[in-house]
Amino acid sequence: MAERSISDTTNVTVLAALLFFTFATYFASLFDLGWLNTPVGLAISVCKAALIVLYFMHARYSRWLTWVVIVAGVFWVGILFVLTMTDYMSRGW
Amino acid sequence: MAESGAVLNRAVLETQFADLEQQRETATFGMWVFLATELLLFGALFLAYTVYRYGAPEGFADASQHMEKVIGAVNTAVLLSSSFMVATAVRGAQVGGRKRLLFGLALTIVLGVVFLFFKGYEYYLHYEDHKVPGLNFEYAGQYAQAAKLFFFFYFAMTGLHAVHMLIGLGLVSVMLVRSWRGVFTEEYHAPVEVVGLYWHFVDLVWIFLFPVFYLIVKHH
Repeated sequence: MAERSISDTTNVTVLAALLFFTFATYFASLFDLGWLNTPVGLAISVCKAALIVLYFMHARYSRWLTWVVIVAGVFWVGILFVLTMTDYMSRGW
Repeated sequence: MAESGAVLNRAVLETQFADLEQQRETATFGMWVFLATELLLFGALFLAYTVYRYGAPEGFADASQHMEKVIGAVNTAVLLSSSFMVATAVRGAQVGGRKRLLFGLALTIVLGVVFLFFKGYEYYLHYEDHKVPGLNFEYAGQYAQAAKLFFFFYFAMTGLHAVHMLIGLGLVSVMLVRSWRGVFTEEYHAPVEVVGLYWHFVDLVWIFLFPVFYLIVKHH
């Protein structure tokens, strides 16, 4: 498969979005949103991570084999968290 | 020694590959697999953090108030900009823009050093504030134990991240030297791409470290 390059316009747009999200996450932390603070912070981080993986790391234009590795990595971290936390969260401390 | 000098100076098509394109795809795939193992390394640390934060949410929130929020936010912007510089350098390599490649890599190094400088300054402030577990930890109030755990995780995780930054700076420096010597062309630039992937991953880790340590909101 031929290599596909990411244009400068896309790179600049992604950087602008990343800096905006950084400001947003900082701004959100100035308010007491109850239990929502951590989910909001992490959701913004996931958006930033997705932008970096898709564009800066070229995943969007990579072949399926790269996606197997990405999905496998995230899936195993998921197993790590879900199985461990179901244990800790169901214990009577 | 002579051989490593040669590798620094020219494009290499290893004998097991049919062409440079196949070699490039294999190299980037290898880096992705390595990054998946890195994800599990950092994932385990984030998991340990999650377990203890779940056990002591108020203590972690209390300890987080001692973090340098603004420095952390500025450092996040610095690191994101460095990732942009790497992306620009890779683009330069792909389209044969040597100047852009050199400037991108050089500015990546500058921003990486700025990040580590701020990080070091923060560590110094924590030291002055007596917040280094095992060295001079002092904490007033009922949350001393949980706060000690918080700072233990903070130093372990940002420390491991900083080690990755140092490795990344070394790799980018090698790429800068090779670019300067004119090794990379539109056909051969896989090393720049592979190092770029590594740098972006280190950036990704910080994107999650920032909110979980600096931005915990204390509920009243």
